Amino acid sequence: MKENIEKIKDPIISTRNLSIAYDKGNYAVKQVSVDIKKNSVTAIMGPSGCGKSTFLRAINRMHELYENIETEGEVFLNGKDISKMQVIKLRRMAGMVFQRPNPFPTMSIYDNVIAGYKLNGIHIKKKEKDEIVERSLLDVSLWDEVKDSLFKKGTFLSGGQQQRLCIARALAFNPKVILLDEPTSAIDPVATSKIEDLLVKLKKNYTILMVTHNMSQAARISDYSLFMYLGELVEYGKTKNMFTNPKDRRTEEYLTGKFG
Amino acid sequence: MVSIKRTTIRDHAHRRILKDKLIFGMVIFLSMVTISPIILIIAKLVINGFRQISLNFIIQNTPGTFEAMTAVANGELIPGGIANGITGTLLMVALASVIAIPIGVVTGIFLYENPGKFIANLTRNVADILQGIPSIVLGLIAYIWVVKGITNGFSALAGSVSLAIMMLPMIIKSTEETLKMIPQTIKEAALALGVPYYKVILKVLIPTGFSGLLTGILLGISRIMGETAPLMLTALGSTVVNFDISKPTSAIPLLIWEFYNDPNMVSLIWSSSLLLMGVVLLLNLLSRQLANSSI
Ligand SMILES: Nc1ncnc2c1ncn2[C@@H]1O[C@H](COP(=O)(O)OP(=O)(O)O)[C@@H](O)[C@H]1O
Ligand SMILES: [Mg+2]
Repeated sequence: MKENIEKIKDPIISTRNLSIAYDKGNYAVKQVSVDIKKNSVTAIMGPSGCGKSTFLRAINRMHELYENIETEGEVFLNGKDISKMQVIKLRRMAGMVFQRPNPFPTMSIYDNVIAGYKLNGIHIKKKEKDEIVERSLLDVSLWDEVKDSLFKKGTFLSGGQQQRLCIARALAFNPKVILLDEPTSAIDPVATSKIEDLLVKLKKNYTILMVTHNMSQAARISDYSLFMYLGELVEYGKTKNMFTNPKDRRTEEYLTGKFG
Repeated sequence: MVSIKRTTIRDHAHRRILKDKLIFGMVIFLSMVTISPIILIIAKLVINGFRQISLNFIIQNTPGTFEAMTAVANGELIPGGIANGITGTLLMVALASVIAIPIGVVTGIFLYENPGKFIANLTRNVADILQGIPSIVLGLIAYIWVVKGITNGFSALAGSVSLAIMMLPMIIKSTEETLKMIPQTIKEAALALGVPYYKVILKVLIPTGFSGLLTGILLGISRIMGETAPLMLTALGSTVVNFDISKPTSAIPLLIWEFYNDPNMVSLIWSSSLLLMGVVLLLNLLSRQLANSSI
């Protein structure tokens, strides 16, 4: 591995020579090998179009839904090769949160939280459902705000609340990691800071891997940072070190606002 | 110098205001021209048809010419009603829906899923062409396929098939359009939960687009309800209520045509048209309401 890439013991996620192309031969992610630390917040940074989302979506195999996308290399989750896992098991272990809050518009708050069970036809008892809903909503600090309106549509909530509901939906499956793609770019600053606090709290039980367009956000909440440029992984290490003493010239230029 | 300039400006402003008023007046006038036919039609139907509408009108069959003639001669209301037409229309519209809705929705989903594929483009174009085929031609096709081929005679089934072919392209298009309106991210949210693709379609996309789908279906129904030409070649008509799909069957528009051809029944034309128009209008309003309430 390259010298600017920190080595991690007992990683929860590892990628080896991960390359992804939308059109044949035209790589959006190039030969990325990286290990992600368990129970940490890791931020993926880089200028727009550098392949952050593409990299993130490889981890729960979202790419295989689109025929044109080609993925090479390997990804391991909890030591297992994800290409050999059942898709449902993989996606239960790696929950995903998107840029825009996307609760299911036809479902109540309650049903949105247990949507993973409902839509997959996984039958659980009413009592267990209630517990999952309460625990997940407590985890995202939404319980007190919605406990009296659990059966209202999820889309009636504010943007920030909707995004927390979407995090709760991922947590309901009790995942190992949560993949977030710019989760706060579509919501207001107050709601953003709530979600940031939440992510820091959640790392106790989960591993957080988050794409962010916002350097100060990465500095505030992440333990490790990953800097990507033109599809390559340029630098990876403790956020503190990277922000105070970037090793690569391109990282430094990005962090000092020379581009991005 | 200054004062001259000012007058020109004021002059321009004046002219502009005048122009605005003129255009506004024209818009109002043209809108009136557009809506006046529908108001005149409804007024005519209500004035001439309302008298005949009663419970009997809905639960009794069409009267014979002789009964009608006697009633007209005595200055009474024509006895009987159009129960045979109402039930026939309901039967054939229901059967056409049963045929066209599943095929149309599945085809629409297919088009949405494979936007660029050759076969999808072909299907889309065929649906467009189908929509442009005159309904009498569809009647002829159903005549050859069903009247000659299956039921060996005029039948409700044949009528339903011709109506289903009419309805099909509308449902295909509205399904595809509705699904296209659903944000991709809703779909990805379900996929990211590990939900298999077919379940995403059944449990997320269709419920999310439900009001859109229903809008298309209601518009399709309101469209085929008033169709007459294809039914003349397929369902033919009947003087009694019939629920046997292999037998000739009446329909409200068919009855209107029959009443038109019988000088004694003229006043029934208006009441039947009023009923038909009312239902079609209601369906249209309902679907509009739904379209507004959807995402
Ligand atoms: N669906 C797609 N089809 C083709 N190219 C894409 C698609 N999505 C992203 N790309 C391209 O891949 C590159 C990386 O995109 P992305 O991972 O979305 O970047 P980021 O999230 O860092 O802004 C960009 O050049 C982008 O144009
Ligand atoms: Mg992105």
